[in-house]
Amino acid sequence: MNIHEYQAKELYRQYGIPTGQGFPAFTADEAVAAAKKLPGPVWVVKSQIHAGGRGKGTFKEKAAGEKGGVRIAKSIDEVKEFAGQMLGNTLVTIQTGPAGRVVNRLYVEDGSAIDRELYLSALVDRETARVAFIASTEGGMDIEKVAHETPEKIMTMSIDPASGYQPFHGRKIAFALGLKGDLVKQCSKLIEALYKMVVEKDMSLLEINPLVVTKDGNLICLDGKMNFDSNALYRHPEIVAMRDEGEEDPMEIEASKHDLSYVKLDGTIGCMVNGAGLAMATMDIIKLYGAEPANFLDVGGGASKEKVQAAFKIILSDPAVKGILVNIFGGIMRCDIIAEGVIAAAREMDITVPLVVRLEGTNVELGKKILAESGLKIVPADDLADAAAKITSEVKKAA
Amino acid sequence: MAILVDKSTKVICQGITGSQGTFHTKQALAYGTPTVAGVTPGKGGTKHPDAELAHIPMYDTVADAKAATGATASAVYVPPPFAADAILEAIDAEIPLIVCITEGIPVMDMVRVKRALAGSKSRLLGPNCPGVLTPEACKIGIMPGNIFRKGNVGIVSRSGTLTYEAVFQTTKEGLGQTTAVGIGGDPVKGTEFIDMLDLFLGDPETQSIIMIGEIGGSAEEDAAEFIKSEAKKGRKKPMAGFIAGVTAPPGRRMGHAGAIISGGKGKAEDKLEAMKAAGIAIADSPASLGTTLLKVLKG
Repeated sequence: MNIHEYQAKELYRQYGIPTGQGFPAFTADEAVAAAKKLPGPVWVVKSQIHAGGRGKGTFKEKAAGEKGGVRIAKSIDEVKEFAGQMLGNTLVTIQTGPAGRVVNRLYVEDGSAIDRELYLSALVDRETARVAFIASTEGGMDIEKVAHETPEKIMTMSIDPASGYQPFHGRKIAFALGLKGDLVKQCSKLIEALYKMVVEKDMSLLEINPLVVTKDGNLICLDGKMNFDSNALYRHPEIVAMRDEGEEDPMEIEASKHDLSYVKLDGTIGCMVNGAGLAMATMDIIKLYGAEPANFLDVGGGASKEKVQAAFKIILSDPAVKGILVNIFGGIMRCDIIAEGVIAAAREMDITVPLVVRLEGTNVELGKKILAESGLKIVPADDLADAAAKITSEVKKAA
Repeated sequence: MAILVDKSTKVICQGITGSQGTFHTKQALAYGTPTVAGVTPGKGGTKHPDAELAHIPMYDTVADAKAATGATASAVYVPPPFAADAILEAIDAEIPLIVCITEGIPVMDMVRVKRALAGSKSRLLGPNCPGVLTPEACKIGIMPGNIFRKGNVGIVSRSGTLTYEAVFQTTKEGLGQTTAVGIGGDPVKGTEFIDMLDLFLGDPETQSIIMIGEIGGSAEEDAAEFIKSEAKKGRKKPMAGFIAGVTAPPGRRMGHAGAIISGGKGKAEDKLEAMKAAGIAIADSPASLGTTLLKVLKG
């Protein structure tokens, strides 16, 4: 789960982590009120969407002006003007895709006099199975590009969970970032607080780009991108309260309510599969047969009638779907029970697009017989390759 | 021979009174798995409410269960908020093999578990895995026993259902399996491909290996390097492989917590290339795992 920058900065403050002063705003008037509470004379008006690259992004609507999603205002009037232009309009960045995201929230921040821009992030590193920090002197840049072109400018350090944070961890990063004197102390304090926050709040990713050294010699987290481990949300109601469903795909929200794992994709073949690995492999084989998958969908081990029904509903609510491939390997779950679930769901759903069903595993013959005798227009398939061939040709026939 | 589990394995179940623990312990018993005890804190000395499991002695702690029965393995079916604690208890009791089926354990909990495993007497399989099965001997976890057949292929996979595909197909081709191992779909887990490949290479009954990976991380690349360097030492067996997620978009989690391409890492193409370079025959679809291996065996 992701949160907005202004919410991330609220978390910084709770942990005593230095960040700029600022307030969220949902209307132009709120933006003005926020600016008036800040010293000025420069304010930064920042679009709040769950995607990076906001500064270099552009708005779709002419009325929003030619500037990007992060704008520097030199007067309160300008704050009002920018807020009015940005709110309700669609920001397109390298991370949003061409559709862009509607800006519904802003963050108005006090302008900082920046001396240097640095990069700092923390994540759970799967190779070391530890929390790792990544630091670079190349702040404000695309870090993947830096890693690719100048890997020597990136330093990685992991923290042993048994020892926890130790002062040398802070020094290691400070010196790698070329900090001196009091800034080394500030950096140690910062790393200690960040580590505590990442662990306590179950973050899977924290990215501060940029971390800045101000002209008056302070280290400040000027940005904050936070991602939380969805498996740990049960113990963080305060994080769940920050969820902005407007930033998520409505079908993915619906799927999560039914305990279905769903990811919307751009193709035309809807798939319903049990097991994440098999679901990915099903997408792959659709592509191998010349079509594109419309989604990833894992119904899990059970595949009950209710779940299958909810899954059909979600797949069919995507207007791009021209055919559905159901691929179930019945292991513990018997194929005849799965077949009944598919039929019951298909009957109630009035499916008009071609439907190919591949069943394998326990009681497969009985399952196939039930499908064949249902009177529904279900195309049975013998194996995964057969299923992929059939759904692609059925969709071509129907077009 | 097989690996990890055989007829002499003595299994306890942590979380045996839960719905998953109850269901799958019954399935394991039906398969002939030697199940010696159940552990549910506060229920020690009581009878399991399910008549089919009433004969299995119950204990409050893993240490008690081990002391009384000489258990060598534990199946963990404890819900996510309490699963890491259950694994740590099993490590503390020095259970040699811990198999955690539970899906949805917070990764920060697994960071602590992984640290506790280092230098311990235990091996952890999973979490978020289907377990391990040696045909006609022992089944720990949720794999469907009826699709197995005793044979000579070792199978290791990050995905449950794709393991079943490989088992099913090798049974159909008449090859059968020595042992099938699901290492799990989480980013931080107890056992990686290399550990299992090492065991399969050393097992005289295992004559060929199927390895099934997916996007995310670099465990497949590491495994390919391992296979290459072992081959130089003369340790080599015919292998077929598959990687799921060629069409997965970057930055999106595909069901499994560990199945995500991030920061340009974890792409299927890189894994496939590494595996090919290590001499592993790649199946272009999961439907051809069995036939791909057969082709390699027939040379």
